[in-house]
Parts: sequence; C-alpha cells; structure tokens
Amino acid sequence: MRTPGILFWRGARDSLPLVLGALPFGLIFGALAVGNGFSVAATAGMSLFVFAGSAQFIALGLVAAGASLPVILFTTLVVNLRHLLYGATLAPRMTGLPEWKKALTAFWLTDESFAVMALRLDDESPDPRLSEAELSEYYFGSATLMYVDWQLCSLAGALFGNFLPGAASWGLDFAMPVAFIGIVAPYLKQLPMATAALVAGAVSILAYALPSKLGLLAAALAGIIAATLVELPSLPKGGTEMGKE
Amino acid sequence: MNDFLLIGGMAAITFLIRYAMFAAAGRFQIPALVSRTLRFVPPAVLSAIIVPAVLMPGGKGLELGLGSPQIAGALVALLVGRLWGNILAVVISGMGVFWLWQTPFVRGLLGL
Repeated sequence: MRTPGILFWRGARDSLPLVLGALPFGLIFGALAVGNGFSVAATAGMSLFVFAGSAQFIALGLVAAGASLPVILFTTLVVNLRHLLYGATLAPRMTGLPEWKKALTAFWLTDESFAVMALRLDDESPDPRLSEAELSEYYFGSATLMYVDWQLCSLAGALFGNFLPGAASWGLDFAMPVAFIGIVAPYLKQLPMATAALVAGAVSILAYALPSKLGLLAAALAGIIAATLVELPSLPKGGTEMGKE
Repeated sequence: MNDFLLIGGMAAITFLIRYAMFAAAGRFQIPALVSRTLRFVPPAVLSAIIVPAVLMPGGKGLELGLGSPQIAGALVALLVGRLWGNILAVVISGMGVFWLWQTPFVRGLLGL
C-alpha cells in the first residue's frame, strides 16, 4: 500500500519540466493583457476562472482587434475543442470518482497535465496500472501545480511585465514544445503511435493557416485516423466486432 | 467590452467543453474500438503542437535548415527522450542546444 499523498507529490514532481515550459506563457499573458488595456483584476480573474492559456491569448488578440463578444466566445469554443479528446481519454478511467472530483478534474484539464497523465495511462509503461483513486491523486498533484503556476505567472506578468522588456525574445516559450517532445519520444517505438505522431505533425504544417487552432484539431484527428488504419490489420479476428458492445 | 461577460462567458464555455466527456462517461459503455483509438490522442495532439513550434517558429512559413535553433534543440530533445526518457533531461538538453545554437560562436562554426 502506498503512503497517502505520495502520488499527489509524484504528480507534481513529474509535471515540473512542463511547468517550466508554461512559466513564460503565464508571464507573457499577464504582460500582454495589461498592455492591451485589461485591469490587473480582470487579468487575474481570467486566469483564475478560465484557466486556458491558448484561449486566453486568442481572446486578447480578438479584443484588441475589436471583435464582438459572440465572436470571442465562439472562438473560445473552437480553440478548446481538443479538450473533448482529452476528456474522452481520461473520463473512462475516472467514472467511479465523486461528481465534484470529476468537475475539478475537468476544470483543471490542460495540455500539460494531460501530457503527464498520458504517460500513466499507457499500458506499455513500466509503472503498474494505477487505480482510479490513485490516478486521480496523481492528476491533482499535477493540476494543482499547473494552476498555481499559471496564477502566479500571469499575475507577475500583469504587475511587472513592463520591467521585463523583450522577455518574449528570450525563447523561453520553446520550453513547452521541448517538454512535449520528451513525452512523445517513448511512444515512437510502436508503429501505430509513430504514425499518429508523423501524420499529425505533417497535417499541422499543412493546416497551420486555419483559424482558431482548427489546424491543430484537424492534425490530431488525421493522426488518430491514420494510426487506427495502420493498426487495423494487426487486430485479432473479430476485433472490429467489439465495437458493437 | 464588459469584463464580467467576457470572463464569465469564456469560463462557462471552457468548463462545459472540458466537462462534457466526464458527464457522459459511465452513462454508456465506450466501444472497445473507440477506446483503442483514444490511445493515439496523446502522440497525435502533442505532435500537432510540437511540429509547428519547431518548423514554423515565426508562425509565417517553414524555417528549415542547419541554422534553425529550434530544429537543433528538437533533434537533441528527441534523441535524449528516446535514449533516456527523463523529461527534465530532455528540457535541459533541448533548451541548452537551442540557446547554444544562437551564440555567435556556434553560428560562426556553422558558417552562418
């Protein structure tokens, strides 16, 4: 039996490299928001209640461009559609949790915490499969750290952003994709997984010009479909029949 | 623009999308083929975030070639990730090479 709480800290510890990657985004968001006329309170409020980096950045751009509220809200919806994929992956592993924990899990869903969780959900992982409660504890460790990090960084950016001229040019924002490379690398030894990564990567370039991160969504779906097609012939006979359950 | 409407609306929409699958799960059985397919979500979504950041860092077209600090950093990160699998090591080595690649010394060696 594990000591209670240990998985919470393990989730937080495993998320540290990704938090490093998220740090500059929070700072830059805070600085940009205040620079675009948002009050410090509104900047902090958006980070506290929306807690979605990409959507927050795009909203800033749309407000600055004079977009109407319905346009901004619809764009928020589209930018966040990838969370349906994250939810579909995580939710079946958390069906027994109390409703408030499911809601908090959903509220705290981010690219980073999902990436850390993906390593724990992978059947090929050397770790023994965790129970629902253990998985949830691990997730809350990761998500708490991400949430606190995002609040502190966006507030610091809002308050002190103008003291860090050119912080955006240090290239710190490259730390997030680099951390994600570390998450994806172990997947690449399996053919279907490598196909998912390659096809998604190629389509992400081809579809980059689509607005509101729709290119990201198209790329992810293309990668998932390609990997499914690659894997189909190797499924046991009747494998597709399972779909009728 | 009213800050309360903007933040409240964005918060509500973001939460509803994030919560939708948690509300639905457990109410019906997820078909085995679908759950097999969902295993591909992490490598697919993360690659779709990584590749444009590496190959189109300016967001305005491909920036390829030996001189790209992003490509150099990403290749080292990929190598360290495959050989070692420690994400902190991946970030330190990848970012280290990414910054090193921008120094006048390395750019001189590369003839850039």
